[in-house]
Amino acid sequence: MTNLETLVEAIHDGASVALAPDYSGCAMAAVRALVRRGARDLRLIAVPQAGFQADMLIGAGCVGSVEAAAITLGEYGFAPRFTDAVKNGRITLRDSTCPAIHAGLQAAEKGVPFMPLRGILGSDLLTHRDDWKVIENPFSPDDAIVALPAIRPDVALFHAASADRHGNVWIGVRRELMLMAHAAHRTLVTVETVVDDDLLADEARAAGTIPALYVSAIAEVREGAWPIGLAGRYPADAAHLAEYARLARTAAGFERYLDEHVRGRASAA
Amino acid sequence: MSYRIEELLITTLAPMLEGLEHVAVGAASPIPGAAALLARHRGGGRPRVSMLASRRHASFTDGARELFDCAAQGRIDAFFLGGGQIDGSANINLVGIDGYPASRVRFPGSFGSAFMYFVVPRVILFSLEHSRRVMVPRVDFVSAPGTSPSNVYRPGGPYALVTSRCVFRFDRDRGRFALASVHPGQTLEDIREQTGFDFDVPARIEQTPAPGAQDLVLIRGPVGKDISETYPDFARRVLELDAATA
Repeated sequence: MTNLETLVEAIHDGASVALAPDYSGCAMAAVRALVRRGARDLRLIAVPQAGFQADMLIGAGCVGSVEAAAITLGEYGFAPRFTDAVKNGRITLRDSTCPAIHAGLQAAEKGVPFMPLRGILGSDLLTHRDDWKVIENPFSPDDAIVALPAIRPDVALFHAASADRHGNVWIGVRRELMLMAHAAHRTLVTVETVVDDDLLADEARAAGTIPALYVSAIAEVREGAWPIGLAGRYPADAAHLAEYARLARTAAGFERYLDEHVRGRASAA
Repeated sequence: MSYRIEELLITTLAPMLEGLEHVAVGAASPIPGAAALLARHRGGGRPRVSMLASRRHASFTDGARELFDCAAQGRIDAFFLGGGQIDGSANINLVGIDGYPASRVRFPGSFGSAFMYFVVPRVILFSLEHSRRVMVPRVDFVSAPGTSPSNVYRPGGPYALVTSRCVFRFDRDRGRFALASVHPGQTLEDIREQTGFDFDVPARIEQTPAPGAQDLVLIRGPVGKDISETYPDFARRVLELDAATA
């Protein structure tokens, strides 16, 4: 077990960082810690889309590139800092599609160099991704298929409900977090609570548990997903998210948000 | 019985889903979601509905990838896609307008469209806005193409385009939309005026049937209650159902 500030120190400037979507396990407290640290040139990988985490990191100047199927605040609208950074060419875009990101991570999970995926042919995504190749199906003539390189993030960063003292992390049904942990070099997790028993001892819980062998560091952070919700624990703070979406429409408003809720919350994480 | 446009769209989409085994609904899709649940209600529990944002209608236990793997195997019969721009060849653009990568207008991104459009047999395009801003001659960025050469693996593709003004059916062989019905209160002239692409018009123009009284009772009753689990704001605002009583 470590603390939040030490946990994010392991995310070096320039690292590729896989992030979960807003409906899964968002490590918002860790994102705020990265902003406070002044992280730079992070290469975000949204699995497969990202929301508030990505928008805040982009707005705070922590991000060099984004690989994503979408960056959006969902019902709170377009992601304003992302949109602004795109228009002004401040970040490198690697536009993708949901299953392409999953497939790249699955290749890394299997330790193979690429994964083929149906679809995509004829999409302008392919035109702009020089790392995606069209190959012939070796088992059938005249059957082109897209080959996607393995995605091996330097870091997978997410928040989960609980961990045990052996370093196992319980994610329940949110198995995209398992995929992220399998694929990444290092997996950094914030959790609501640390439990005293062994999560792998009970089969019902073990099925939804990432074994410690994939987990590099864990920090206990209460309400570590706030203002995003955590399924089964707490709902999203809708008023706060709406306030973020409103303020982040302008650079000045976003700075005000950071001063009030990120830089000013150093002790409260 | 008076009705709202959202209710007309629900009763227009639902028949396109009847008789199918499995309908999936993506995020931020209350109207397609309600249509799928109406079809399921009418069908006595068929089709199965997998709704991404729902806990009650969640069919998947293997993470976010399972929806796509499931579709790749042909286990999903219908899906909905939208577009910031849609053109007459059913190409859709979810990326941005005027330039790439530094687009003047940037949308969130392609989501799963570049894949689902190929593998789901019945993809229904849905757009609440029907204007020349959305219905364009040619999309600025092809997130997913409407048609593919015959040697591209593509069991799926566009089936219809349902908007706030009308229903188009897509002819995959011809690669064109044909006007299928015009919503009450709309005229062919209005639709031509608001559509930036050319489409086929039948000799006799059908009107989209208004929602029947029975359907409205279902939508404002059990279907509305069901959708309020996932879209409480939609249920409250549009169907005037309070989540607390739902």
